[in-house]
Amino acid sequence: MGSFDFDVIVRSLPYLFREGMIFTLTLTLIAMTGGIAFGTLLAMMRLSSRRGLSVLAGGYVDLMRSVPLVLVIFWFFFLVPWIGGWVLGAARPVQIGAFASAAITFTMFEAAYYCEIMRAGIQSIRRGQIDASYALGLDYRRTMTLVVLPQALRNMLPVLLTQTIVLFQDTSLVYVISATDFLGAAAKIANRDGRLVEMYLFVAVVYFALSLVASHGVRRLQIRLAVAR
Amino acid sequence: MNYHWNWGIYWQLAPDGGENYGAFLLGGLGWTLATAIAAWVIALVLGTVVGTLRTLPQHWVNRVGGAYVEAFRNVPLLVQMFLWYFVLPELLPSAMGEAVKQMPPPWASYFPAVLCLGLYTSARVAEQVRAGIQSLSRGQTLACAALGLSVVQSYRHVILPLTARIILPPLTSEFVNIVKNSSVALAISLMELTARTRAMQEFTFLTFEAYSAATLLYLFINLASVRAMAWIERRARVAGMITGGRATHPV
Repeated sequence: MGSFDFDVIVRSLPYLFREGMIFTLTLTLIAMTGGIAFGTLLAMMRLSSRRGLSVLAGGYVDLMRSVPLVLVIFWFFFLVPWIGGWVLGAARPVQIGAFASAAITFTMFEAAYYCEIMRAGIQSIRRGQIDASYALGLDYRRTMTLVVLPQALRNMLPVLLTQTIVLFQDTSLVYVISATDFLGAAAKIANRDGRLVEMYLFVAVVYFALSLVASHGVRRLQIRLAVAR
Repeated sequence: MNYHWNWGIYWQLAPDGGENYGAFLLGGLGWTLATAIAAWVIALVLGTVVGTLRTLPQHWVNRVGGAYVEAFRNVPLLVQMFLWYFVLPELLPSAMGEAVKQMPPPWASYFPAVLCLGLYTSARVAEQVRAGIQSLSRGQTLACAALGLSVVQSYRHVILPLTARIILPPLTSEFVNIVKNSSVALAISLMELTARTRAMQEFTFLTFEAYSAATLLYLFINLASVRAMAWIERRARVAGMITGGRATHPV
């Protein structure tokens, strides 16, 4: 422990945060927004009275939740260029970067988890709300967007945010496609300078602090929402 | 845009070890299960202890348990893997650290992976155990006290056996999670299922065949464990309680 080198951490701070952490946070934000949007759509499909839709959405969600995220990252890293090439009619698979691939992967993967949360949220809305909307002459789309979804989102906000903290930690797995997220940036420095102990401990501390603060924030929000209701 | 399909690849020889790709992947499945099950034992034991500690009236014991859970829950699993694999041997006394680093190939990755997964999951099991204990009616504890049982006796004979039967469904989810999470160990070069799938893809460029096989194998384990646990759940149902709730997928 005597040879613990704080200097390597200080020297690499700009790289770690400007490159790595920005990557991690941007990816988290994109996957959260896209994931909640797509997840809500999936939840509405799962609850649909059309059997085809609900089986399709249910199958997708179950599949995503049965397979390790690492394998899903590999799948999309391989599939997205092929699908892209096929859609664009190109002769070869299109080249896309690690970031775009990761953004698509995490959006699609997390949507399955957000879907289950939103489904619980929609099911928690009292039947009377929906009956009242129909009685007022609102159609399905308006009932959903004006009455059901706003309440479901609000009720489920703490759970959605907790899932986002999980997502924030999961983004570290882009390491397996050699992307330069916060962990990836630290790993590069660690291997270049032979300072694995310092860099990995520092990464752990930063993740710990951020996740802890975030989860405390969510808990306070939960209390406030509970009182207001 | 031509992809050259070759579904016969599973019967062709893999470059190392003189076995075919099918056997190569199944061997990976074996390592996945060996890792997950060993880690599951650690997770159950430690998770039960920590979860129990969190329900004791002593304030400081509760705090220690809470800190344990927070520590493992707020650091990404991959980072924890690196801590066990790269950092721990450096922090141990040098002779011991050397011994750890000198372990022959599969074990040098296997043991850190099992420890890491076991402790990581133990924090989650602890939360389930705590929630399970707190869901019991207060009458159980009061009845134990009235019968003259000590705290240890009441946990040993009444509270923990009941809790175990109540928390089976969330534990199923955790077991499915531990199997999936074992794939993270590929980053510390454990040749489990996902790692071997990746290797097969790199040797053959038959990405689709390799990944499909792994996906199906994971689906199979998933289904098998949910079925097995559903059977255990039916047998362990507590009379008079609404435990009709089926095992769900992980959340």
